[in-house]
Amino acid sequence: MSALVTSTERLQRLLALVPYVMSRKAVGLAETAAAFAVSERELVDDLNLLWCVELRAPDPYCPIDLSYEGGEIVVSQAESMGRPLRLAVDEASALLVALRMLAEVPGLEDRSALSRLIAKLEAAAGEAAAASAKVAVQVDMPGAGAEGYAAQLRAALLTRRRVHLRYYVPGRDEATERDVDPMRLLVVEGRPYLEGWCLRAEGVRLFRLDRVLGLEVLDVPSAPPAEAEPVDVDQGLFRPSPDDVMVELELTAAGRWVAEDYPCESVTELGEGRLRVVLRTPDTGWVRRLALRLGEDGRVISPAPLLAQVREAAAAALANYVV
Amino acid sequence: MSKRKTERLLGLVVCLLSTRRYLTAEQIRAAVPGYPEQDDLFKRMFERDKEDLRELGVPLETGVNHPFDEDPGYRIRQQAYQLPELRLEADEAAVLGLAARVWRRAELAGAAAGALLKLRAAGIDAGLDGGGDENSPVTQGIEPHLGAPEPAFGPLWEALRDRRPVTFSYRAAGRSDPQRRELEPWGVVQRHGRWYVAGWDRGRGATRVFRLDRIAGPVKFSGPAGRVTVPDGVDVRGLVRNWDSAPAQEHTALLRVRAGAGVGLRRHAVSVRADEETPGWDLVATRFADLGWFADYAAWFGPDAIVLDPPDLREAVIRRLKGVLA
Repeated sequence: MSALVTSTERLQRLLALVPYVMSRKAVGLAETAAAFAVSERELVDDLNLLWCVELRAPDPYCPIDLSYEGGEIVVSQAESMGRPLRLAVDEASALLVALRMLAEVPGLEDRSALSRLIAKLEAAAGEAAAASAKVAVQVDMPGAGAEGYAAQLRAALLTRRRVHLRYYVPGRDEATERDVDPMRLLVVEGRPYLEGWCLRAEGVRLFRLDRVLGLEVLDVPSAPPAEAEPVDVDQGLFRPSPDDVMVELELTAAGRWVAEDYPCESVTELGEGRLRVVLRTPDTGWVRRLALRLGEDGRVISPAPLLAQVREAAAAALANYVV
Repeated sequence: MSKRKTERLLGLVVCLLSTRRYLTAEQIRAAVPGYPEQDDLFKRMFERDKEDLRELGVPLETGVNHPFDEDPGYRIRQQAYQLPELRLEADEAAVLGLAARVWRRAELAGAAAGALLKLRAAGIDAGLDGGGDENSPVTQGIEPHLGAPEPAFGPLWEALRDRRPVTFSYRAAGRSDPQRRELEPWGVVQRHGRWYVAGWDRGRGATRVFRLDRIAGPVKFSGPAGRVTVPDGVDVRGLVRNWDSAPAQEHTALLRVRAGAGVGLRRHAVSVRADEETPGWDLVATRFADLGWFADYAAWFGPDAIVLDPPDLREAVIRRLKGVLA
């Protein structure tokens, strides 16, 4: 990383390094390098640079005195550099916005640490805290039930117990029953999710809390297998699989929301606000329902059998209305 | 990265921190090694250095020691420079680690990491290894994320922070042609996982809310810092909520729903009872706000649901289904 570090970024690190060591009296090279995410060699370069700082007037002197003999850093003199620089507006805001978001996360039964920390940071940041009020992240809590489920799931996570879920799958319009070994409570894109090992699917699954129909904490220890890898949600919630079907849709201007709401392989403007999109899905039943919902605002182009299913479903539904 | 520049900047900070008097540029040149002999080169380099320090948030003060002094001097007051004393309990430090992870790869990730570095430098320890404190009962098993980065967020945040107006082109819902907008931004809010900005739309002369993912192309500043005043009492979250949320569910629909199907409709139903006239079907009553939206939703259930009442809703669903076959 050092090749990409600018002079001012390195300066930031140096200004933090002196107080880091001083607040700990003495601290190991390896531990310090890890804390600053640099190699030990880079750290030693930093220490040498600090030690070499010289002011020439009125009389030459070296304001910083330190040693790192035996792998232990000690700063014996640092004048006015013994405290870190104040938090910048961006820094204070990044933490405060995140903390206020956490305060909305369901299932956090102990919010006192959060409010104490917010108050302390606001006080320490002073004026730099003001701009953070201009950014807010809202966590959805649809329905009072979900809050209760979140609390139950927190308890199951802490006591490491299996849960039984009744879970709604809209694409199939089904209430499914499954046992899940909880792994994490996630908040992604403003929505709370349970991540867990689903014993029915034999895989890691994410469950939206607002689709949980019922939840029971079982008297069975939770034991996700070793291969249960947490989902890398930074890559998006939809994970493509080789079994997916590619579906091509044409949307009118009124149907453009589909391209905003679902990850598309490709989006092509057709003029007059119309779009052609390609989606991939493991479940074409979901697309069939989507096409019914879109009516004339969306049309399945391919695959042909799916188009036939959509027309068949629409005809069957219409027949219900002809009495 | 230039090591010499880092050394020079560090020397400058130490020099200005250790003086109570304002030092002139000449005095600074004499004290801090690394500045060139030539006057014009020195001037340019010193200007850049001051700019760099200010960008880092170093509170560089300008002033004179005596009213008759001609040249301005510089100093850094320790009280303005130093992070105030801050002590955290173990549970607070654990929450701090969790907060820093919220941004991850999102826009303010670098700023969050910078803040942690300073707090570590102030002697704060627990929960700061980037992984949080896994065993803390406060945070265990909880993992919040802000989602994918939104390109417009960075410039809008700077505009909010520095109170500057911006322009961008915006593609409104259901439109294909983007339009130029000029906005005095008041705040950004993430709701349902989407970022919104609210403010005063100069072109429309009205309060407006925009979705960041509908901004096409770059967000540009259209005026200097300090030109935006957020009116007192503005509730940006409220503005976004009103823009985006459905009105009250004041209508009731009656549907005939196939037994065992229509789980989504039954979930929020007011009442469900067997339809004695049509065996194998139930009568489901449910509340809705917007007729168009609910007609779309009812069509989702295809042949498993029939809208019986009100008649305009029933007609709307039939139109959807005919649209599929058209």
